[in-house]
Amino acid sequence: MLETDARLSDEQIAARLGVEPADVAATRAKLEAEGRIVGYQAILNDDKEGVSALIEVRCTPERGGGFNRLAKRIARFDEVRSCFLISGGFDLLILVEANSLLEVARFVSEKLSSMEGVLSTATHFRLKTYKQNGLLFDEEETDERISVAP
Amino acid sequence: MNWDRMLSKQVVDLPRSGIREFFDLVTGSKDIISLGVGEPDFVTPWNIREAAIFSLEKGHTTYTSNYGLLSLRRAIASYVEGFFHVAYDPACEILPTVGVSEAIDLALRCLLSPGDEVLYHEPCYVSYAPSVKLAYGVATPVETSIDDLFALNPAKLEAAITPKTKVLMLNFPTNPTGSIAPRETLEKIAQICVKHDLFVLTDEIYSELRYDGEPHTSIASLPGMKERTLLLHGFSKAFAMTGFRLGYACGPRELIDQMVKIHSYTMICPTITAQEAAIEALQNGTNAMHEMRDSYHMRRDYIVKRFNEMGMDCHLPGGAFYTFPSVKRFGISSKDFALRLLKEAKVAAVPGTAFGACGEGYLRCCYATAFSLLEEACDKMARFCDSLKG
Repeated sequence: MLETDARLSDEQIAARLGVEPADVAATRAKLEAEGRIVGYQAILNDDKEGVSALIEVRCTPERGGGFNRLAKRIARFDEVRSCFLISGGFDLLILVEANSLLEVARFVSEKLSSMEGVLSTATHFRLKTYKQNGLLFDEEETDERISVAP
Repeated sequence: MNWDRMLSKQVVDLPRSGIREFFDLVTGSKDIISLGVGEPDFVTPWNIREAAIFSLEKGHTTYTSNYGLLSLRRAIASYVEGFFHVAYDPACEILPTVGVSEAIDLALRCLLSPGDEVLYHEPCYVSYAPSVKLAYGVATPVETSIDDLFALNPAKLEAAITPKTKVLMLNFPTNPTGSIAPRETLEKIAQICVKHDLFVLTDEIYSELRYDGEPHTSIASLPGMKERTLLLHGFSKAFAMTGFRLGYACGPRELIDQMVKIHSYTMICPTITAQEAAIEALQNGTNAMHEMRDSYHMRRDYIVKRFNEMGMDCHLPGGAFYTFPSVKRFGISSKDFALRLLKEAKVAAVPGTAFGACGEGYLRCCYATAFSLLEEACDKMARFCDSLKG
């Protein structure tokens, strides 16, 4: 339920499920403590503002730690919205958001590429968002059903 | 033009659906939350829509056989055997139709001679009695009540049988009450049908939408019933495909043969687009269907609890997506309640009397509506009920 609407209160969820609000609060606290629920954010359609890019990063794994140390270093930058270790032809896939193309370019050239262990990067700028976090963008979700039907 | 002479008396004498008057009122109102819609609030799952688009892309825009696509009938046979536990021969015992409504019309026209009687349980879907009358039959309701949770009482059924009774129409889970018929009740009804040589039309369009944890039982699956039953089902409710207009009838070859005769003259076939989309629904639509069912289940539990809290006695319906709360304690008729609810609370629900006289004292409220709207509607209805009590 929270995945589709994070604004729902414990009371609303409890009413929908037919359970006590205290039970919902306890479950929510448990999921937060376990790190299953990491945060609550609005999903913005910001295609017309700012710039974002998906960047493929090839890097050298370290003995004992693999990609973790480098991945965590990269993930700490404010510009990095998401960072995944992935299989395939490169190692890390990161989503970078900034105010302008220049800011992204600076981030890549001055911060990312220059890090020790980063072998190469390939930057793909986002042109348009069609779907994010399970939500379709630019969809007209009007209810076209007739108001009373047999 | 002398329309009195020109128009068919049979049709002119047919009453308009009780729902029609209400539809006109709601359509003319603004900012209404409607609990009066009798269809899913989900859009057809994407893979099914995509199959329809692919069908068009391939240029499949022709008629099909009057029997429909054999591939569809095979898929239906497989699905029906798995879900209803009755085996039908896709070559001659299954007929895809334009919704269950067409199948009902065809079957009644094939079965009835003028004056033959048809029994059906009320409150019920609005088309049953008119369809019987249009087939020159006599429609006789058997009332159901909250005492039986709106399931058909076998004793009442048997008491209504006359020498002219030929057909029994069943609809479980039921529109508008959401009631289900327990297997034991169906077994008693089956025995009565065999004893009195009745043929059964069973509209099981809501059969996948059950929330009581019990497997659905079709009367067609009971001993001795397959030969005297036409099982009617379709894609509208479980797969959220109302606009595709596709249903099907499964039954004895002798009846299907006659139905195809009328179907070939009047409808030819359902659209090939819908038929090909339906194959995708049957083969790959189950997960989406279960997700929709679970969503209805949660909403049913919520709305029934709210209705009882606000003083509308409401039983827990076992299936479909309707509740049938009682408004008797407020001392006004179903129609007045619904009209005032619409005017004062801006919530539309259908008076129970639209589904038969014995629906007096009840409302049909459909919970196939977004949860946030259900919450808002319940809040408004609670305030309205308080105002009536005060």
